[in-house]
Amino acid sequence: MTRYTSIRVMLAVCVITVLSVSSTSNALADGAKGYRIGLTSVIFAEGTSFVNDWRIYLANHLQAPVEIVQRRTYREVTDLLLAGDLDAAWLCGSPYLRHRDELELLNVPLFKGKPLYHSYIIVPSSDTKTQKLTDLKKKVFAYSDPDSNSGYLYPQLSLISLGIDPKHFFAKTFFTWSHRDVVKAVADGVAQGGAVDSYVWETLAEKDPELSKRTRVVSKSPEYGFPPLVIRRNLAQQRAENLRNVLIHMSSDNTGSKILQRLNLDGFVVGNEALYDSIAYSIGIVEKGI
Amino acid sequence: MMLGDISYRVKVPFILTLVILITASVVTLALTWRAYEELREEAFHNAVEIGSVLSNSLPNAMLHDDLWGAYRLVQAAEGWPGEASSRLLVVLDRDGLIYVSNHPRELAVTTPLRSHGAELARVEVEALRLTGNLDPRSYEHKNDQRLYVILPMLTDGVAIGTLIVGYDRSLFWPRFISIVERVVMSALVVTVLLLPLGWFLGNRVVSPLGQLAKCMSMVGHEKPEEIVCNLRLGDDEIGQLGVSFQKMLLELEEKEQLENNMLTSERLAAVGRLAAGVAHEINNPLGGMLNALNTFRHYSETDDLGRETFSLIERGLQQIRDTVSALLVEANPRSHSLSPKDIDDIRTLLLPDVNRKGIELVWGNEITDNIPLPSTPIRQLLINLSLNAVQASNEKGMVQCLVDSKNGILSMRVENEGPEIPKARMMHLFEPFADGATGNGLGLWVSYQLVHLLDGKIKVRSENGKTRFKVELPIGERM
Repeated sequence: MTRYTSIRVMLAVCVITVLSVSSTSNALADGAKGYRIGLTSVIFAEGTSFVNDWRIYLANHLQAPVEIVQRRTYREVTDLLLAGDLDAAWLCGSPYLRHRDELELLNVPLFKGKPLYHSYIIVPSSDTKTQKLTDLKKKVFAYSDPDSNSGYLYPQLSLISLGIDPKHFFAKTFFTWSHRDVVKAVADGVAQGGAVDSYVWETLAEKDPELSKRTRVVSKSPEYGFPPLVIRRNLAQQRAENLRNVLIHMSSDNTGSKILQRLNLDGFVVGNEALYDSIAYSIGIVEKGI
Repeated sequence: MMLGDISYRVKVPFILTLVILITASVVTLALTWRAYEELREEAFHNAVEIGSVLSNSLPNAMLHDDLWGAYRLVQAAEGWPGEASSRLLVVLDRDGLIYVSNHPRELAVTTPLRSHGAELARVEVEALRLTGNLDPRSYEHKNDQRLYVILPMLTDGVAIGTLIVGYDRSLFWPRFISIVERVVMSALVVTVLLLPLGWFLGNRVVSPLGQLAKCMSMVGHEKPEEIVCNLRLGDDEIGQLGVSFQKMLLELEEKEQLENNMLTSERLAAVGRLAAGVAHEINNPLGGMLNALNTFRHYSETDDLGRETFSLIERGLQQIRDTVSALLVEANPRSHSLSPKDIDDIRTLLLPDVNRKGIELVWGNEITDNIPLPSTPIRQLLINLSLNAVQASNEKGMVQCLVDSKNGILSMRVENEGPEIPKARMMHLFEPFADGATGNGLGLWVSYQLVHLLDGKIKVRSENGKTRFKVELPIGERM
């Protein structure tokens, strides 16, 4: 109720603006021997402290400077990667598949021992009636990112495969640009339903059960290939190999294990493109529309 | 018990406390009202500040239909978790539907504001009424849970939505409670300080009244001169009361004295009439008897025994006549007028007794000329009184006799310092043969009768170790 509070409000707004725009300056000059890796909200730990620890770990093992670049949307990260501003990026399967001719799988993370995950349709835990996605007709629905498989593509696909036009099914939809925020939006009641990455939701259930408890999983999608790390096809072979090896060996060293623990992942494996066939199918269906 | 029956010792502190309580209540009311006004102003300024902070980002988010961004903004503007303030922030879109709010559970996105109760319905009406007016405006309705400030969200001077900030009125309670606490504490302190003062003041009013009440209750049961009342005398109301009461006591005393005097003189008059009547009735046959006896003695012969018997009877009858004539006091009209020498003669008469007892006699004879009053009764009067004084006086005591003539009044004052006359005797002092009288018991009776025959007054006072008889006789054309 005081001027003081207003200043805090102002600060908070500034912080949010900075976080969402995240204008990380180019610490590495173009052409330097370092690595620039893009991060999206597919991973659970987006905090600065984790990002810094991971960056240091990679830099130590690659014997080269590493810069982690975060952007609000998948598209921005994808665009940076395609434009050659990034060497690698942790993306969702969907943008990877859309640009398969320019991008190449680097590694696939292992979640609960498998390179797989689901899309969860969640509702607020106070909502005990909703049993399936179609029960959310004329409700407000939260997507994570238009380029997310679990947070956008899967619910679209589900509706289309039922012959429902997703554009007119919900009263309103919006993007939170982060899986975690989908959970928060549903938990807070801003949306009456949302689509979220099962890995993020399950990890929240372990690390922030207070938040995940306020939501209820209504339905789970079939298994999909876990959001992979991808590289530009034109990235030097050696650099790609170095990066792949460091990631694969993360689970076998102490510091790496700790970082993986924070990510709630078991490690990285060499990916198989076939993992993402089902997503490719979904893209086809959704792009065709109803 | 009625309020009127409670002692002022309690009433005065009680009234003081009451005054303090009333003052405290009025102060609380005034402060509360002020605090409420301040809260309203603060709420308005706060809302305007929030509005200005959000004025760029929020309309932008709405413009791009970034619901999540808008939600994060209103959430951030809500205040930190745990903070006492509980602001309600609602963003309405152009149609008046809820675009977002910081309580999305209750105020769900896309629902109309009016579907969330009468209070918010009124706010919606007010918000939509504002269309066209782009200044922030506060809105308040009694019984509402909140105060509202309505701020249009502008992009490029066009309102694309409305931000409504609601401030819980319960925010006001901590302030109200702190005001009440402070006022109550102050009132308590003042009460604690003033209660003894109230007690003291009450006592100051009550103790003279109590004393007065006690004294009053004695009036009628005890003699006024015996009622001792230590009332404060002064010019204030209580002082005046004291003065009046003392005056009343004095008047009562005088009245009683007057009544006693009247009673005494009436009684003495009655006794006098009775005595005179009896004396006349006795004197007539007595005279006859004495005449008959005398005649018999002259004209008959008797033996010695007879003579002796007759003589005995004659002496007895003579004694009766003396006594009766002593009772029958009559002024002798044949006496000459009073001269200074008559007075001085009495002094000479007194001297043997005075000297025998070693008494100091103060004799004051202020009479220079003859006074037209019969000398015989006055001489008898003065002898009676002064002899009494000498007899009553202690050995080596002092006796004063002052005779004066002034303003047509002859006054005689006889004073001795012997033992005081007891009160019981005083009542019957002038009656014949009164109890405790010395001599034949007729001296003062005769004196009284003489004074009355001369239309005068006799007064006696016996106090402070002095007994004083005062006689005043009007000097008329009696001779």
